[in-house]
Amino acid sequence: MSESIIPESELEEVELYHAKSWWTEKVFTQDAKLIAIQYGLTAFAIGFVALVLSWFMRIQIAFPELSIISEGTYYQFITMHGMIMVVYLLTALFLGAFGNYMIPLMVGARDMVFPYLNMVSYWTYLVAVLVLFVSFFTPGGPTGAGWTLYPPQAILGGTPGQESGIILMLVSLCIFIVGFTMGGLNYVITILQARTRGMTLMRMPLTVWGIFTATVLALFAFPALFVSAVMMLFDKILLTSFFMPALVEFGENLTYGGGSPILFQHLFWFFGHPEVYIVALPAFGIVSDLISIHARKNIFGFRMMVWAIVGIGALSFIVWAHHMYVSGMNPYFGFFFATTTLIIAVPTALKVYNWILTLWKGNINLTIPMLFCLGFIVTFLNGGLTGLFLGNVIVDVPLSDTYFVVAHFHMVMGIAPVLVILGAIYHWFPLITGKMLHEGMGRFHFWVTFVGSYLIYFPMHYLGFIGVPRRYYEMGQTEALYTSSAADLNVFITLAALAVGFAQLVFIFNVFWSAKRGIIAEKNPWNATSLEWQTPEQPPIHGNFGKELPVVYRWAYDYSVPGAEDDYIPQDVPNEDVKLADGYSELGVEKT
Amino acid sequence: MVPFILIVLIIGSVLFHIFTPWYSTPIASNWSNIDSTIELTFWMTGAVYVAVLGFMTYCVIRFKNKEGQKAAYEPESKKAEVILTVLTTIGVAGLLAPGLIVWDDYVSPPEDAMPIEAMGQQWYWSFRLPGKDGILGTTDARNINADNPFGMNKNDPNGQDDILIEGDDLHLEHEKPVKFLLRSIDVLHNFYVPQFRAKMDLVPGMVTFYWIRPTVAGNYEILCAELCGVGHHAMRGYVQVDNADDYQTWLNDQSTFKALQEQARLEDKKELAFNKSK
Repeated sequence: MSESIIPESELEEVELYHAKSWWTEKVFTQDAKLIAIQYGLTAFAIGFVALVLSWFMRIQIAFPELSIISEGTYYQFITMHGMIMVVYLLTALFLGAFGNYMIPLMVGARDMVFPYLNMVSYWTYLVAVLVLFVSFFTPGGPTGAGWTLYPPQAILGGTPGQESGIILMLVSLCIFIVGFTMGGLNYVITILQARTRGMTLMRMPLTVWGIFTATVLALFAFPALFVSAVMMLFDKILLTSFFMPALVEFGENLTYGGGSPILFQHLFWFFGHPEVYIVALPAFGIVSDLISIHARKNIFGFRMMVWAIVGIGALSFIVWAHHMYVSGMNPYFGFFFATTTLIIAVPTALKVYNWILTLWKGNINLTIPMLFCLGFIVTFLNGGLTGLFLGNVIVDVPLSDTYFVVAHFHMVMGIAPVLVILGAIYHWFPLITGKMLHEGMGRFHFWVTFVGSYLIYFPMHYLGFIGVPRRYYEMGQTEALYTSSAADLNVFITLAALAVGFAQLVFIFNVFWSAKRGIIAEKNPWNATSLEWQTPEQPPIHGNFGKELPVVYRWAYDYSVPGAEDDYIPQDVPNEDVKLADGYSELGVEKT
Repeated sequence: MVPFILIVLIIGSVLFHIFTPWYSTPIASNWSNIDSTIELTFWMTGAVYVAVLGFMTYCVIRFKNKEGQKAAYEPESKKAEVILTVLTTIGVAGLLAPGLIVWDDYVSPPEDAMPIEAMGQQWYWSFRLPGKDGILGTTDARNINADNPFGMNKNDPNGQDDILIEGDDLHLEHEKPVKFLLRSIDVLHNFYVPQFRAKMDLVPGMVTFYWIRPTVAGNYEILCAELCGVGHHAMRGYVQVDNADDYQTWLNDQSTFKALQEQARLEDKKELAFNKSK
């Protein structure tokens, strides 16, 4: 996979912006690596809020007799938990944090192409988070419309937070999208225009491919959410009727008329389904690289992996209405969307096969990042297979809006990507801080998180089979459905959830403790080939690389190449510089 | 440690599925085909789950890092990729085809199905039966007021004999197919009876539908399955599936729109007379 076509550089290097004060260096920084950390810390902070909300929800579900929170609060918490986790945590972490840190380093650039815009992107994101957070303290509190914000309910009186919470939510989303667009354009243009010499598209690590494709998806998908948020704001504030038909609220005829609630659902899911892949594709990319590095073997079927990412990204725009099989849309849509949805299962399945075939004949180091990768494969496979239930329109009918759906999407786009994020943090922590995370705490964190999450969500599917609807504050007396054993199962799930929550506290402690007192990491501790580990300093400083940008001679997966002394060849090492193993005259050629 | 936990997880999941006390409620409608497609999907996906995780566990045991072991260098294998693509495509098609056939049935109510309207509002259910003419009268959300909670068009002759059941149980006749016409007057709701296996959203501004044939007499709870505000979890109702005699008895006790209007007029008159006499 190593070729010798290295183009001449086309442009002179442009001098980077150098910070002149502490403020512009550390706070209003234009260095993508620091911006990444700002994104990451902000996302984790608001994500922690969402995690705590889930503890209250779980306690309410398991012990309804305690009434730890009221109905209204319960619906507010499920809404904020969902929206924060999907948009403000996962999207911001994968694109804002990992995108910013990894793209310039992995493609061999000194920074993003528009560093100033990059900075503005983060501060806009922060404003969006603050606007959302403020809604907890406004009269009426945050919106309780469910994270899908379906009208008419979202803006009417029977829903908590209709005083101001819903307005703040919609405004916050609009701000988030503005901030994301600035960052997203930056990622795409950096990847297309600022790759170093020799870094062809097909030599980029899959992490970059995943983030790149996800960003393109987001740039096309978020505008649909933006317009629907603006239209709903108009319906709420100016009493327009984009989504509002003639209706009666508690006996009072309202002035709305002629709008379509289903139109909102189409717009929302036109964003919402690609959003699943905006979260999943970077996870696919990162997990591919982690498996390859820690199994000391090239990723199996690299080209297929790239085309699968691109293909899944394209298909993700024509499957959105599988979220709407029982929404009342024209039932004949069901035939089309069930077909496209099941087609997307094919490239997704191929990715799973290729991860496992990468392990085959590997030399597997069961490091903490590798453990998280294995955990990802289990949970993603589980969630992917239950997707075949929900994607197949008729099977969705009894399961839709039940706990089966909750279990499915938490497994596939909650736990699975979070396991990748955690694995990636254990993997790149030495690069980012120069220290190793504590091994013992790390293993404890992994096992409790992985096994605990499996114990939460695997049995939860069966509540869905019984028919327990989701978004119920309490089930009440329903013997035919919700037997006392089902109530016991909910208690068990809650206990598992609290244990998983506790493990995250250990992780947070580990991060701060290790950043200060952890063992100093050796250079390139995992013996990885990609460029981020080949910088002169570890952690890399402003400008990333030394005087000269690296030149790339090979793909990112030259592990265990026959004939090479070491079991990895960094991307910036030409063939003639590779130390040969005994008995080889050149790479792959034994002495005769 | 790692392979051991993976093996426990695989075997545990299979045993859990076999011995679970938590599975579908006994079916009470014609949609046993839906249950069959779920079973089929379970067997196929379950087999894939065990096979893929089993293979992964084998790899973890067999290729765990050892002194002097070197990984193979094997960028890709066209043959393996083609075989896996074809097998997966066949499997997926095998799930999709039967699913679409049953869906076609689900969206095609039989000609003789009786139309029954289920009307949702925050947070209770009302029902409307077509009466002797078999046709439901037209409605409009703008007509709704205290005297006309269903928003009936008073001049529509088809609506006069409609039977109105406000905030009370619905009765169905055993083995008689029903086409539910679903209407909401405020927000989204979803008319869901787990034992019937069917569901569909109610959307204000339009009428949605699904059909069933109740196959087992009994009393079943209606659960709203689309978030509709703080009272969502409490929006319940009951459907009673009766044999023909009991159903007729129940039906004879219900009032038509016309009768209810007459009654309201009489009460108004009485009130007027009462006020005048004072």
